[in-house]
Amino acid sequence: MTALAVSGLNKTFGGLRVTTNVNLKVDPGERRLIIGPNGAGKTTLFNLITGEIAPDSGSVLLFDRDITRMPSRRRTHLGMARTYQIITLFARDTILHNVRLAMLGLSPLRWNPLIALNRQRDLTVQCRDALKRVGLEHIAERPLAQTSYGERRRVEIAMALAQNPKVLLLDEPFAGLSIDERQDVRKLLRAIPRDVTIVMIEHDMDTALELADRITLLHFGEVIVEGTRAEVVADPRTREVYLGE
Amino acid sequence: MTGRHVAIAAAVFALIAVPYAITEAYYVNVASQILLYAIFALGLNVLVGYAGLVSLGHAGLFGVASYVVAYLLAADHGHAVAILASLVIGLVATAGFAALSLRATGISFIMITLALGEIIWGLAYRWISLTNGDNGISVTTRPAPFGLSLATASGFYYTTLIIFLFAIAATAIFVGSPLGAALCGTRDQPRRMNALGYHVWMVRFLAFMFSGLLTSLAGILFVYYNQFISPQTLALTASAEVLLMVISGGAGTLLGPVVGAALVVIVKNVVSGVRLTGLSGAVLVVIVRNVVNGLFEHWNFLLGAIFVAIVVLMPEGLVPGAVRLTRSAWRAANRQKTAAPSVAGPKQ
Amino acid sequence: MTFWLLLTVNSVTFGGLLFLLSAGFSLIFGLMRIPNLTHGSMFMVGAYLGTTFLSGALPFTLNFWFAAILAALEVAILGALMERLLLRRLAGEQLAQVLVTLGVSFMVADLCLMGWGGDPVSVATPAGLAGFVRFGTAVFPLYRLAVIAIAVVFAIVLWLMLERTRLGAMIRAGVDDPQMARVVGIRVSQLFTIVFGLGAGLAAFAGMIGGPILSVYPGLDQDMLPLALVVVILGGTGSLLGSFIGSIIVGFLYNFGQALLPELAYFILFLPMVLVLALRPQGLFGGQIL
Repeated sequence: MTALAVSGLNKTFGGLRVTTNVNLKVDPGERRLIIGPNGAGKTTLFNLITGEIAPDSGSVLLFDRDITRMPSRRRTHLGMARTYQIITLFARDTILHNVRLAMLGLSPLRWNPLIALNRQRDLTVQCRDALKRVGLEHIAERPLAQTSYGERRRVEIAMALAQNPKVLLLDEPFAGLSIDERQDVRKLLRAIPRDVTIVMIEHDMDTALELADRITLLHFGEVIVEGTRAEVVADPRTREVYLGE
Repeated sequence: MTGRHVAIAAAVFALIAVPYAITEAYYVNVASQILLYAIFALGLNVLVGYAGLVSLGHAGLFGVASYVVAYLLAADHGHAVAILASLVIGLVATAGFAALSLRATGISFIMITLALGEIIWGLAYRWISLTNGDNGISVTTRPAPFGLSLATASGFYYTTLIIFLFAIAATAIFVGSPLGAALCGTRDQPRRMNALGYHVWMVRFLAFMFSGLLTSLAGILFVYYNQFISPQTLALTASAEVLLMVISGGAGTLLGPVVGAALVVIVKNVVSGVRLTGLSGAVLVVIVRNVVNGLFEHWNFLLGAIFVAIVVLMPEGLVPGAVRLTRSAWRAANRQKTAAPSVAGPKQ
Repeated sequence: MTFWLLLTVNSVTFGGLLFLLSAGFSLIFGLMRIPNLTHGSMFMVGAYLGTTFLSGALPFTLNFWFAAILAALEVAILGALMERLLLRRLAGEQLAQVLVTLGVSFMVADLCLMGWGGDPVSVATPAGLAGFVRFGTAVFPLYRLAVIAIAVVFAIVLWLMLERTRLGAMIRAGVDDPQMARVVGIRVSQLFTIVFGLGAGLAAFAGMIGGPILSVYPGLDQDMLPLALVVVILGGTGSLLGSFIGSIIVGFLYNFGQALLPELAYFILFLPMVLVLALRPQGLFGGQIL
């Protein structure tokens, strides 16, 4: 059984072909890195996988279950979580509340209009644990607007982990971080157990390469090369894509 | 008992004491009016403040509730039937409103709700066989539940107060609940909420229904208060008025709509009776006096001017504005204390 | 038979009038992305001002057409001022801008009440167009046919302006993509002021032109604004063709609705608008997604 299987995925926006016949098979517990120059269609691929946009043709299977026609929110309930390239968090709220919203999204409690959210102790404890995993528990009550960029990236990851995902999609988790912050996030990601499958988009090769089991190279929406780190690095097409046609 | 609980208890006590403190029926009636419009504004605020959806058609829903009561009473049904039917039909109308307008957000939402409000107004105005058109329908009696007559000013006031307390408590509970938090989340980051597993449309729909419930309650109170309903109550101006109540007090706060309702009702009722007299002499003074008197006679102008002023100058509304000012005054006062010459050195 | 023919002519006339009203509304909406809720007020003020110019209350009297043009100019300037002083302060905040236009519409309505009183003011049909035209057994008021002609002329003039002048090109660019327009060097905020003024002036002109048919009365603004809204939703924002076709459709819906099902007239009018908004938010013609 594959954790995530994408077959023949195609998407055209207006006249522009953004995703062309993409095939992807990620094994359970694998760490897959998706690389490619800007505009290669990596985030679009993520959007197609999570259901935020609908493909023109092709299919997406999550643990052999066809989720191609499923709305995003249902995919989340089936164990898919993602972070975003551009941080879109709840700026008016505290870090704790941000994580709490992520956790609540999967709970039937989210429909309850009568109980006081603040008094849900179990939920709060779980949120604090999620924050502990990313080293932010000490500032749980801080409004998000008063946090640094690096802290916000970690909040994103905390939120994604709080959803207990089976497949975690990380969209440029290292973007904009300082060297120390990258170290922290790298440690964090390495600590994620192997019952979570990770697919990661990243530009920062040094940091990402060592985390990856297999690498997929995208260019103009197509898969150009795929294989282990050694294979991809050695492949002449990789050099072509990055150093120009 | 926290300070907050004491404040709430004091406020409730003060509200209960109103008809004793103010004996003139006119002012008790104004208080009733403030409370019933506060319920209306609280209802609209669920959408505007917490869902981030601005409706310019809510007077339509308000009016539907009023018309149902008036129509059934005129057809010789009892109060209980009229009120119950009004709630049911009001909620059905709300569901219809919601289903159509929740296809959109932002400006489109405003326009759909505006159009829907106009449709309801148009029906009230034109469907003469049903609504008596511009002539309206009179309501001659008020209910007397459990022997307590609502025909007196204070009787009506207490009934309105009970429903108001219910409305504000219900809103407070809703806002503090998981569903309330989900709603605020959809206001701030709808796409994210979707990705987090929430059913954004359904959350908004449920909020809309809650809003409709409060709006219908207010509409029922209104028609008993006013003893008359006409298409005027459903016009765009009426929708704009309640929106003004919400944004002037502060959308997305609990007390904002209440403060806003008080502001608008007081300006509309009490102040319009005010006349500047005794000022004469210099031409400028006479002009000012005439303008001010003229302004107070022309409620629409004042409504529009306040609207514009609030949106341009204090968009967050009075309650958050006051909170902000109080906080900065508090901080300034504290800074004064710590800024006193000290050997210990500067404090943060 | 003549009943239907007359109803049809009236529908087309009303459609023409609506086009004059909505073209400006559509451009403002397409460019600035806001429904200008003062548009009905501009229509009404134009008519009121026109009647004042006609009545001899001023030291000079004007002929109908000059009165209309003068009123249009005055309202255009007021519109531009409003954009410059109020709307530009809220640049980028569409919701706030819509609320401001709402507030201003109430102020204008009351000012008109203060200035011209509560009674309807009738507007005399301009000299030379007061007669009738005979087609076989059918008799049509000449003025109504004239209104159709005026609407067509304006449609052509506006189309030429949009397609052939530099200003028009800038407007089209702004409607398509305001960010890009700025990058290319178009002074978008200045454009906003110009278009807003133009739209207001056009509405005022329409108000005066409509005077002999509708007369002027308090509440005229609230009657006309929703119609402009429906036209633009059906026809698409920022689309001249859409406004034209939308106006004709609404003209027919309104007149036939009033004549055949008066109790449901508003329902008939607004239902298509609600359906379009719910099912196809960009209107039948416009490419502009709201």
